[in-house]
Amino acid sequence: MSILEYNGSGVVAMCGKNCVAIASDMRYGVQQTTVATDMHKVYKMHDKVYIGMAGLATDMQTLVQRFRFRLKMYELREERKIKPNVFANLVSSMLYQKRFGPYFVEPVIAGLGDKNKPFICAMDLIGAPVYTDNFLVSGTSSEELYGVCEAMYRPNLEPDDLFETVSQCLQAAVDRDCLAGWGAEVYVICPDRVIHKTLKSRQD
Amino acid sequence: MASQRANFSLTTFTPSGKLVQIDYALNAVAAGKTSLGIKASNGVVIATEKRVPSVLVDETSVQKVQKLTDNIGLTYAGMGPDYRVLVRKARKAAQQYFMTYRDPMPVSQLVREVASTMQEFTQSGGVRPFGVSLLVAGYDDNGPQLFQVDPSGSYWAWKASAIGKHSVNAKTFLEKRYEEPELEDAIHIAILTLKEGFEGAMNENNIEIGIVGEDGKFRVLKPSELKDYLSEVE
Repeated sequence: MSILEYNGSGVVAMCGKNCVAIASDMRYGVQQTTVATDMHKVYKMHDKVYIGMAGLATDMQTLVQRFRFRLKMYELREERKIKPNVFANLVSSMLYQKRFGPYFVEPVIAGLGDKNKPFICAMDLIGAPVYTDNFLVSGTSSEELYGVCEAMYRPNLEPDDLFETVSQCLQAAVDRDCLAGWGAEVYVICPDRVIHKTLKSRQD
Repeated sequence: MASQRANFSLTTFTPSGKLVQIDYALNAVAAGKTSLGIKASNGVVIATEKRVPSVLVDETSVQKVQKLTDNIGLTYAGMGPDYRVLVRKARKAAQQYFMTYRDPMPVSQLVREVASTMQEFTQSGGVRPFGVSLLVAGYDDNGPQLFQVDPSGSYWAWKASAIGKHSVNAKTFLEKRYEEPELEDAIHIAILTLKEGFEGAMNENNIEIGIVGEDGKFRVLKPSELKDYLSEVE
């Protein structure tokens, strides 16, 4: 049993036309036992930067606190909001600092950068980033997510279509994974608003 | 070893509330060669006198205007060796920032770091304040910026300023002539201001000028370019 599979999760981010979506399941499990079905894995850093984390729940919670700390210090010193690509690099640096005793978390970052350009980034537990312009996945359901996303993704989707696509992809993938599921939430980040919906899904 | 360094500060208050060491450091600055900076609408120019102690000195080996990052540079008045230490620390701070954030360090942040270091040396045990004032010029998302940093660690932004021996006259000269110039005009004004207090003839080998424009690239002007500007000013 890998430590990254102790709690179970599925996280996905996708780029659309002037928008990005990030979604996750909501299961909080301890190996086979499901303890709660309302666990948030996607966190808002600010209006245009969101981070979703898959992996060990305790590390995810600690990292959220550490990111919020660093972000507040950044905003106070720099008098501006952090850009998603800069935040991604910060996350990468913070994870690599623990190279030989890492946080067991594989984050996915989604946001709108300069001129509201869609930005997504995912990294492994020691901070190796990957940047693309289509979709990125993480978690115990990552293999299933790769499959559905590859099949269903199309570039330049409008926010509503993007929402549909992400929702379908996430649901289909986590349904195949016994450690993820039990609810899902989706965020679609647009320049002027954020669409946040909780999905009705199979409760098993 | 606790005895390697004094664990008491050498910079202490007088009853009247002055830190005499800092005042003496400012004296060292006031005895240094004149340096000045002018913020233009589309860039910043910094200039300094580069007087070498003897004709035998190879003046190309002396660099008074230095680049800190692609878009930030600085010059000084006061003690050269102290300046070089600060340049090293500033460059390192800027690169560390870039390593963490993959985003160039904003000018004001870098200035804050340098100023913080200078302040440390007025309070830490066994050290003396830096005997330099710095003029930092940079161009970032907030446009062109010019900062002065003093031995005490205080810093503030200027539209135009001068430090060193003839700073008082130079500042008076600048006050009269400053009208948000373009970068090219600012360079001419800088040369004229330097000329005011210059002893002897000014040529391309005894001054140094650094500029940063809208392209965000700080560079030190080559002697050939200086020669052209000097002839334009004649």
